[in-house]
Amino acid sequence: MLREHRDLIAPIAAGGALGSLARWGLAVALPHDSHTWPWATFLVNASGCLLLGLLMAFILGPWSGIPFWGRYLRPFLGVGVLGGYTTFSTYALETYALSGHAPALAMLYLIVSVLAGVGAAWLGLATGRVVVLRGTDP
Amino acid sequence: MTALLVLLGGAVGAPARYLTDLYVREWTGSDYPWGTMVVNAVGSLVLGLLAGAAAGGVLPGWVLTLAGTGFCGALTTFSTFSYETVRLAENGRWRSAVLNVVGSLAIGTIAVSLGWAAGSGL
Repeated sequence: MLREHRDLIAPIAAGGALGSLARWGLAVALPHDSHTWPWATFLVNASGCLLLGLLMAFILGPWSGIPFWGRYLRPFLGVGVLGGYTTFSTYALETYALSGHAPALAMLYLIVSVLAGVGAAWLGLATGRVVVLRGTDP
Repeated sequence: MTALLVLLGGAVGAPARYLTDLYVREWTGSDYPWGTMVVNAVGSLVLGLLAGAAAGGVLPGWVLTLAGTGFCGALTTFSTFSYETVRLAENGRWRSAVLNVVGSLAIGTIAVSLGWAAGSGL
């Protein structure tokens, strides 16, 4: 099983490195302490979900048949860059840290992050599909 | 230096997520996103452990940056989790979509608190 996916490991690793770096950069730019809203992770996750939704409309649509790119774009941009950019573990840790200081805020962060993420992924996908459809119109 | 540690951790974490997802997919033979749930649970547990140990002064800060921010950050994913939830809902599998969200949140927060408890006790 690994053999047929071996060529995808390098683009995923490269994308993961870039995405993680961008996530860290935003965390440095928007520092927070353990009793305030973690804006960096929130913005990273919401924007990453929007971009993944948008990307998937193209990857499953017009880009799927492009030679070379059709195979490597999803591993590099989707699995690598956006997978490395967004994070679940930091989100869980921040929720846990917040719950010790501000339980209500922790619960709000837990729920609002999911609503924003799922909503953004849906919005990206829907927008992408509209753009894809327009592009294929004669 | 810190950027390099994040870069290295991310370069290992993302392929680890992909391979785990592949194996879980093959093992369960299901199109339900178990793989994402597994990486998110494991990554949350490990990050809790590392952060707990670092808070207790047992773990050097650079290890937390490399293995926590870099590796665990890239091993876990919020974008795929959200996208898969949307796809389940789109396919009319509303119960699976809700289960994915509630299950992931419950497992992730429990995992991180267990990890923290173990790590801060070191």
